[in-house]
Amino acid sequence: MADANRIFKVEIITPDRVFFTGEADFIEFTTEVGEIGVYKEHIPLTTVLAPGVVSIHNSGETKIAAVHAGFAEILGDKVTLLAEIAEWPDEIDLGRAEAAKERAEERIRSHAAEVDIKRAEFALRKALIRIDVKEAR
Amino acid sequence: MASMRDIKRRKSSITSTQQITKAMKLVSTVKLQKARNRAEQTDPYFNYMYRTVKSILSQSGNISHPYLLAGESAKKAVVVITSNRGLAGGYNSNVVKLITESGMAKEDLDIYAVGGKGADNLERRGYHIVENASQIIENPTYPDASELCRKVLTAYADGEVGEIYLAYTHFKNTVSHEPQLIRLLPVEIDDDGEEEDSNILMNYEPNAEEALDTIIPKYVTSLFYGALVEAVASENGARMQAMDSATSNAEDMISDLTLKYNRARQGSITQELTEIIAGANAIS
Repeated sequence: MADANRIFKVEIITPDRVFFTGEADFIEFTTEVGEIGVYKEHIPLTTVLAPGVVSIHNSGETKIAAVHAGFAEILGDKVTLLAEIAEWPDEIDLGRAEAAKERAEERIRSHAAEVDIKRAEFALRKALIRIDVKEAR
Repeated sequence: MASMRDIKRRKSSITSTQQITKAMKLVSTVKLQKARNRAEQTDPYFNYMYRTVKSILSQSGNISHPYLLAGESAKKAVVVITSNRGLAGGYNSNVVKLITESGMAKEDLDIYAVGGKGADNLERRGYHIVENASQIIENPTYPDASELCRKVLTAYADGEVGEIYLAYTHFKNTVSHEPQLIRLLPVEIDDDGEEEDSNILMNYEPNAEEALDTIIPKYVTSLFYGALVEAVASENGARMQAMDSATSNAEDMISDLTLKYNRARQGSITQELTEIIAGANAIS
């Protein structure tokens, strides 16, 4: 069902490497203002990424990855995600993510003055995304 | 003329120094290779970042955003990237020279040092070191860069400093590295005239200003990270060159000393012969 007219280019770039480059007919990811799904010929848009799951659909196949912080540039025939961190499910250490989740929850619960709640929440979100991605596979 | 024994001792000491410099050269060659690969891999990210920031700025026209205007404070934060180890030729002192010869007053500078050599040197000269994050140069990672960046940006947001500079060594290729002092904030994007994609009207979510708010710190961080990675490559390149010339200098000295040694040996043999002959003549 994927016809050639609906295929567009997708690039995911992180500071350490070119994480993914390929084609897709549909891509979903999370932005600061909510989840977004992109088909070909989307209006040009630059948007800020929130920690979330990216799914790249191509001819019935779906690839998912965890992406934390960054921004996306959507052009008609090309979508570029500049992410600070991006991980495939098999690169995620579930044990570490669980531990990070507990640590972050602990910090938020403690309500201590020296705890940076925003950072703890961000860490918690990252951990939850990692767990989600890992388990979705 | 020095005695044979002195020359021999000196020669063997130079030989062992040469062995060390040779080994150091090999080590830094390998490290350079690794660092260069890393530097190359950060390139696409940085280029995209630069292009995006540039296109946002060119399209959004005259937004008066704090990141685009100089702060009121006369103080300047300078992030100085050098190495923790010496024996790299002029690598560290060239970066320090950039600061001392930049014409910026000592009192106005807040130094954020990465790399112990530069930090020590600047401290000795009476510069004010706010932060010494020397351990991250050993193996720079993106989180390290963003951590340091956050500190500098906080100082900027609080009005403690009005401008942010970065001094590092740009890695051009294996043999040529160039110390550079660049301004990070307020952002200056040079209009090089190529108006690509100008016919596309980009939309921003939530809006251009808020997008700038998040993107500019990331842009600065990516510059930062790029500079760290390039500095590591330059350091190893500089050390490789320094050790290479040290090895060949040792070579020259050894051949010079060998010549002197042989001369001294010949001289002493001649002298001994003369003495024997003179002694024999005296007896007969």
